[in-house]
Amino acid sequence: MTPRLRMTGVRKAFGATQALRGVSFEIGRGEVHALIGENGAGKSTLMKVLSGAYQPDAGRLELDGVAFTPENPLHARQSGIAMIYQELTLAPDLSVEENILLGSEPARFGWINRPRRRELARRALAELHHETIPLDVPVGLLTIAEQQVVEIARALIGDPKVIIMDEPTSSLTQVDTENLFAVIGKLRQRGVSVVYISHFLEECQRLCHRFTVLRDGESVGTSDMRTAQLPEIIRLMVGREITEIYPQTPHTLGATVFSLKNVAGETKPRSVSLTLRAGEILGVAGLIGAGRTETLRACFGLDRLIAGTVEVFGREATRGTPTSRLDSGIGLLSENRKEEGLMLNRSLADNLTVTRLSPLARGGFINRRAQQDCTQRWMERLEVRAQSPAQPISELSGGNQQKIAIARLLHHEAKILLLDEPTRGIDVGSKAAIYRLIGQLAAEGKSILFVSSYLPELLGVCDTIAVMSRGVLVESRPTTQWTEHEIITAAIGSGSNDVSTHA
Amino acid sequence: MSSSPQRSRSRKLLSALGPFFGLILVTTLFMAMLALKDVADQMEKEKDTLQGFSGWQQAMKSSPYDGLKAFTSIANFKTVLSQTVIVSIGALGMTMIIVSGGIDLSVGSVVALTSVLGATLLNKGWGTASAVIVTVLAGSAIGLLNGTLIAGLRLMPFIVTLGMMGVGRGLAKWVAGNQTVNYPIESPISNLMKMDDLDHLLPLPQGVWVALGLAVVMSVVIRQTIFGRYIFAIGSNEATARLCGVRVPLQKVLIYAIAGIFFGCAGLMQLTRLTQGDPSGAVGLELDIIAAVVIGGASLSGGSGSILGSMIGALIIQALRNGSSLMNWPTFTQEIIIGIVIILAVGLDRYRQSRAKT
Repeated sequence: MTPRLRMTGVRKAFGATQALRGVSFEIGRGEVHALIGENGAGKSTLMKVLSGAYQPDAGRLELDGVAFTPENPLHARQSGIAMIYQELTLAPDLSVEENILLGSEPARFGWINRPRRRELARRALAELHHETIPLDVPVGLLTIAEQQVVEIARALIGDPKVIIMDEPTSSLTQVDTENLFAVIGKLRQRGVSVVYISHFLEECQRLCHRFTVLRDGESVGTSDMRTAQLPEIIRLMVGREITEIYPQTPHTLGATVFSLKNVAGETKPRSVSLTLRAGEILGVAGLIGAGRTETLRACFGLDRLIAGTVEVFGREATRGTPTSRLDSGIGLLSENRKEEGLMLNRSLADNLTVTRLSPLARGGFINRRAQQDCTQRWMERLEVRAQSPAQPISELSGGNQQKIAIARLLHHEAKILLLDEPTRGIDVGSKAAIYRLIGQLAAEGKSILFVSSYLPELLGVCDTIAVMSRGVLVESRPTTQWTEHEIITAAIGSGSNDVSTHA
Repeated sequence: MSSSPQRSRSRKLLSALGPFFGLILVTTLFMAMLALKDVADQMEKEKDTLQGFSGWQQAMKSSPYDGLKAFTSIANFKTVLSQTVIVSIGALGMTMIIVSGGIDLSVGSVVALTSVLGATLLNKGWGTASAVIVTVLAGSAIGLLNGTLIAGLRLMPFIVTLGMMGVGRGLAKWVAGNQTVNYPIESPISNLMKMDDLDHLLPLPQGVWVALGLAVVMSVVIRQTIFGRYIFAIGSNEATARLCGVRVPLQKVLIYAIAGIFFGCAGLMQLTRLTQGDPSGAVGLELDIIAAVVIGGASLSGGSGSILGSMIGALIIQALRNGSSLMNWPTFTQEIIIGIVIILAVGLDRYRQSRAKT
């Protein structure tokens, strides 16, 4: 029997980065197939190729045995590939009915056939056994789980052959997750194939028939879910040896400078305790959505803390604003460089010096010359490739932009640096420069909290690694006492007991 | 992504000079049109003798070029300058607000209110200095209120200032008892726009000096001070500004309050110009001011703009008005032309930016 969908030898590069280096993948009719891999293994890229958002550089796609080249998301959808994204893509002010038929309204000459639309929406919800969701209510008033059902109902309208679900349970409660599994069961009975992307392996074990593991842009194994063992899957996910070279700068740890006790934010984090010492590089590992960014933001005063205490240099300082945190020597590097970290239409000099203009000013008046000279010095020290301090930062490459964002913290003379994904989306050379810089800073006695989704860099750079899972900091140990396998197990949150019982 | 330093520098120069070119273009166009009109008038006047192409050539020689001379005369230049004073002082405050990503629609009402207030105080026998200070502070108080509502309650600037537009207008009418308020003609306030010597550039009217002085101060403030750079930071990316420790709410309150000082000054200039306080005057002034700032190269989404640009923008609008009236065009034509110029200016700016990105 021909599989519903088959992908062979799919390759895709972005500039110098080879995101997919030959992926093969296949799913049968009515099958639920888990796509597993670490952050950055290429799962999202692969699914974007399948749903027409990216064009592959090489490889072949077949749908029901016929060659298939999705030109754009609309074409993919019309061919029967529906994608349900991690973030919901509903229009909150439109009604349930309008959302389900959005973009495929039954109409003649632009005039919507309302009774027909209502009928189609009702039928879609009924198929998912969720007739109780009211059709006239604005989607924004529904619960997240109900919204997800609406999203799936919308996917059903085109009579899809394959539905891709990207981390569908990351924002769901246990009960809602069960409901989603029931819905997936219904889809299977209809003969719809489901590609299920999730970090939560125990969910995949319950739900899926087979799985494919991606690692570094390659498919490294496909197997039957029922006979597979969890440790075996994790071994496939991790696979590689740590080969990248991380420069080591010797540094010694001093007194505790920053500590969190049972810190909780409004939704995330739920409970985080940690201590950071002078000259320490503390890595925070975890899956996307584990609450690492939220922890940093709350510590920095960007989001509200609802519980716990924060101590800075031995003094209780739970309540804080970004201004007061900067004043006490804490700097934050945002993970979102373009939307939060930088003022893209301003110059390098403006971006670099904005938190600490006073040494460059007299009586409130900024000395342009001094500002430019100061920027020039940092550009030389961090080897930023740019024309001049006056150049708009938007003209720089990602790596050089990131160096300027970090230089802002250095210019601020921050003693505690909260770095959120400092190497995301930048080239290898800039990455190495940032690792080297982090080592030097630690040697100078500065403390670094290093959040990253890329385990090898945490293992290569950090003195200590803490792991977060579902909003909780579950464990912190010296790096030498962790294995990559153990970190992933802790991050997935199935707990070491689960693994050992399966083993 | 990367471009040669020369190109980037010339681009920057071009964008800084853009409004200048606009001003030169507008005046040149009007000079050409007025000259043509003068020649045509001459032909019309002596249509018995002047006919055809040779007649046209004759007319070109014999025309007195009254229209062109009127436009290029020093007296007219001084008039245009003094007529620009109100819009340009208002534009000083508005530039700050727009650069920070905000907007203020209440300016016309604030100008009416402060002019009426100034006239009333002078009438009551207040000294000039104290009347001026109180009037300007009243403008600032409205700005402070706007800023507090916007930053404190996180309301949209458009909505808050739209509401304040009505409130200010109502207050003005209340203070004035719903009629115009005369004030003592011997007050120094009434001399701010007086032109002593129409044949020479100097002395300029005092009001023009005031506007120039304030413009220089503001230009330095927004370019060179920490306060000024924070305005750009907020308008460029509010999330980043917050991350960088800028006290965004406080800064916004200050921006609107300081802008209010300028709107109060503009109210005093209005008082001089009309020689009385008029509670129903200056309607729609805010739109002229916003137009001036936008023609001057500021982006309504915040993060860019300059005082020099806004000042030239104000001059461009006034030059259009002045030229159109010398052409004897009806006022509705002026309105249409100014509308088209605003759209053209912003359209050109977008086009240039989209070119610059690729």
